Amino acid sequence: MTATGTLHRKPLTIGRIFTYAFLVVAALWFLMPIYMLLVTSIKNFEEVTTARMWMLPIKPTIDGFVSAWTEGKIGSGFVNSIWITVPASIISSLMGSLNGYVFAKWKFKGSNLLFLLFLFGMFLPYQGVLIPMVQMLVRIGLYGKPAGLIFVHCIFGIPICALMFRSYYAGVPNELMDAAKIDGCGFWNIYARILLPLAAPAFAVVLLWQFTSIWNDFIIGVIVLSNPNLSPVMVSVQNLAGSLYTKWNVQMAGALIAAFPTIFVYLVLGKLFMRGLLAGSIKG
Amino acid sequence: MNLAISRPAVQAKPRVKPSRDMLMAVLVLIPSIVAVAVFIYSFIGWTIWISAVNWNSSIPDFTFVALQNWRIMLENSRFLTDLRNLAMYAFGFIAQCLVFGFLLAAFLDQQIKGESIFRTIFIFPFAVSAIVTGVAWKWIMRPDAGLNLLLDGAGLGAFKSLWYSHPTFGVMFITIAASWQFVGYIMALYLAGLRGISNEVREAAMIDGCGQVTLYRHIIIPMLSGITFTAIVLTGMGAIRAFDIIAAMSGSGQAFSTDTLALHMFEQTFLADRYSLSAVIGAVMIIISSVLVVPYLISTRKEVEQ
Repeated sequence: MTATGTLHRKPLTIGRIFTYAFLVVAALWFLMPIYMLLVTSIKNFEEVTTARMWMLPIKPTIDGFVSAWTEGKIGSGFVNSIWITVPASIISSLMGSLNGYVFAKWKFKGSNLLFLLFLFGMFLPYQGVLIPMVQMLVRIGLYGKPAGLIFVHCIFGIPICALMFRSYYAGVPNELMDAAKIDGCGFWNIYARILLPLAAPAFAVVLLWQFTSIWNDFIIGVIVLSNPNLSPVMVSVQNLAGSLYTKWNVQMAGALIAAFPTIFVYLVLGKLFMRGLLAGSIKG
Repeated sequence: MNLAISRPAVQAKPRVKPSRDMLMAVLVLIPSIVAVAVFIYSFIGWTIWISAVNWNSSIPDFTFVALQNWRIMLENSRFLTDLRNLAMYAFGFIAQCLVFGFLLAAFLDQQIKGESIFRTIFIFPFAVSAIVTGVAWKWIMRPDAGLNLLLDGAGLGAFKSLWYSHPTFGVMFITIAASWQFVGYIMALYLAGLRGISNEVREAAMIDGCGQVTLYRHIIIPMLSGITFTAIVLTGMGAIRAFDIIAAMSGSGQAFSTDTLALHMFEQTFLADRYSLSAVIGAVMIIISSVLVVPYLISTRKEVEQ
């Protein structure tokens, strides 16, 4: 934020006009697929032709949404995803809160190195661990079960959640900790009385981040839980595209339903989302 | 505001012997340490081990065959196509995200009216999943529909394309859709960086007679090199992992023109039961990622240790 910039507005030069033109064109580009999804999803099947693709529907209908929800199994996928995403986000945030607390405030010999080893897991391509993971899940009886998917999301969420909370707790002055220690507070007391009450914004950011990434996940879902009755919503969207491949209106409606929760959360909590973006990148 | 790593002040120097609290701290961390050790590090090791045995059917066979699977893979034309596709995808994706991410940030940083509306629009695709992105763009990039219709309508028929159905560059066109989804993230990183550059820097440069272009080229862009490194790692990892969006848009494509390592590995494992061969692909993906991520993590060490 510049103090001077807000005082005197820049004059409208050719450069300024070009800047605005660039931004408007970019905005249209980013909105174009959403426009297409919206207009296609409210068309009836007869109207879904390539020629009329960009045009508004003559008779808008919600038939596409209804078929996507019922025969397209987006409805059951949606409900499955809620039951997977909510617990997984909460558990991984709680774990992240504790891990971040230790990494930020209870440094021991090698804890920084350990933290870096955690971070490597954040970047891992899942293919590198896919076969052993399936073998392990089969052995402990969690393969093909929602609990197994929750479990895997929690494990792969450990690094990013620890990173986000560690950064946040690092901003809490150590003097507060020292004062509490002198007052006889131990590990848990300091956490409960000093850090946890301050951590609400961090919890919001991490919960939002985990919610978005777990809701939007496809690969772990299709590996661990591909049964169409139990699968999360992104797997349902992909299955729908395969089974009703000519019914573009149903496909687009299904895609919109699946995208709705994360877009809604983004529009309502955009600020927190931005913070998550910046926190997820370690440095810069 | 900034959650990016700042400095936890150094612990008091004269170390007391490990207290009960410190033991508690380590104890709290142990479940996660075990989880990371097992699910990440031991599994990587196990994948590499599987790549060296003869388990290429549904019946596990742990006969050691050394590099035999690796040799088979290196002669496999689909695998070689995957590497070529990775190079194209990475180039297209990284270039678009960096160039447009930076441009959007630089333009937005010009005291724009309605900045927050533009920002919201640019970033929102990041809240959209890769599967939904793929489903939408599959329809938009159909050769007989979508963008080609718009281009025809605008009198730009010469720019019509086969898009993802292109036999050679199909995979590169997919990065247009992938960038649509990701570029807002890179823009957000650059915008935060630009906001972190003080006005004095700009003013000093202006006084020295720098034009806008020189200012950006010789002062601002070098100052943001840390962010550029981050952006390259994030987008590069996106390229190595590319799976969802391709599965939704084109699958492997004709003659594997849009195939990726991730798709190939998935099919070898779940459709063909060739576990040892697919472990080779998994191991290759880990190795390529490490080349990108390990230097990055080492470069962040200073920030982590503060």
